[in-house]
Amino acid sequence: MKAKVIVMPKLSILDPQGVAVREAMRHHGLPGVKSVRVGKMLEVEVDGADEAKLHEICRDLLSNPVVEDYELVLEK
Amino acid sequence: MRAAVIRFPGSNCDQDCHFVLREFGFDTDFLWHKETSAAGYDLIVLPGGFSYGDYLRCGAIARFSPVMKSIVEQASKGVLVLGICNGFQILCESGLLPGALIRNRDMHFICEHVSLRVENTANPFLSTSEVGRVLRVPIAHGEGNYIADTETLRALNAENRVLVRYCDGAGRVTPEANPNGATENIAGICNAQRNVFGLMPHPERACDGALLSTDGRAVFESLVATLGKSRAA
Repeated sequence: MKAKVIVMPKLSILDPQGVAVREAMRHHGLPGVKSVRVGKMLEVEVDGADEAKLHEICRDLLSNPVVEDYELVLEK
Repeated sequence: MRAAVIRFPGSNCDQDCHFVLREFGFDTDFLWHKETSAAGYDLIVLPGGFSYGDYLRCGAIARFSPVMKSIVEQASKGVLVLGICNGFQILCESGLLPGALIRNRDMHFICEHVSLRVENTANPFLSTSEVGRVLRVPIAHGEGNYIADTETLRALNAENRVLVRYCDGAGRVTPEANPNGATENIAGICNAQRNVFGLMPHPERACDGALLSTDGRAVFESLVATLGKSRAA
C-alpha cells in the first residue's frame, strides 16, 4: 500500500517560512499573494494496511500536535 | 554528585557540558542514546546539537531513543534534568516540558550573546541567583521560537515556571530584545515539579573567562548548591 502524509503548521501558528516565501513571491511580481503556508509531504510505501498504526505514527512521530496538523491519504 | 551527559548522533555540545560539569565537581559520564538505563545520577543533561540532523523536526527522533524512556522515568522520580538548546527541543518533543520550538521569527540561524532576565529562583537551577538579575549567555539556534497554547502559557505564568526571558541589557523584557520571536520572550521553562528545566541559551558556553561571559555559572552553582544540600539532608 502507498500512503501520503501531509503535515501542515496549524492555522493558529505563525509560519515564518510561509511568510518568507510569501514575501519572495510578491517580489517576483505577484503582489496579490495573500498567504503562503509551508508544510511537508511524506510518501510512504508499506506492506499491509494497518491504518490505525499509521495514524498513531502520524500523530506521535511525523507531526507534532502542538504546532502541526496531519492528513493521511491512503492509495490502495 | 553524579551527572550524565546524553549523547545522540549529532549532539555537539556534549564535550562542553562534560567539561563544565567536571569543573563544578560532578563525577560525569557520557551516556550513549542506545543505553537503556539512565539510573544512578543526580543530574541528567541533554546537550545541544543537531540530534539526527534535525530530521522531521528538531528532537523528534531523539525523543524515541532508548535512553529517553529511562530519563522520563528518572524525571518522574525527581532526578534533575537539564536540556540545553537541542536538549530543550527534545524535552518538549518528549512531553517532559510543554509547548514546542519552531523556526525563528526571521528564519535565520542566530549565534550571538543575549541578555536573559532571571524570573524565578525557587527551583534547583537558579536558586543562587536573584530575580531580575541579567545574565549574558550565548544562543545558537535556528528553531528557538517558543510556542504554546493559551492554557499552557497561563499555567506557566501562574506557577512561575518561566525561569528566564530574553531582555535588554537593563533587564527590560521588550519585543526588541526578543531574538527569535518566542512567545512572551520565553527562553527557558521548567515542569510543574520544578526538576526538569529546558532553555535555548547555552549556560555551559558562559562559564569560562575566555568566553566573553561567565554568567552561565549561575546555573551550575545553583545545581551544586541544591545537590550539596540534598546530600547533607
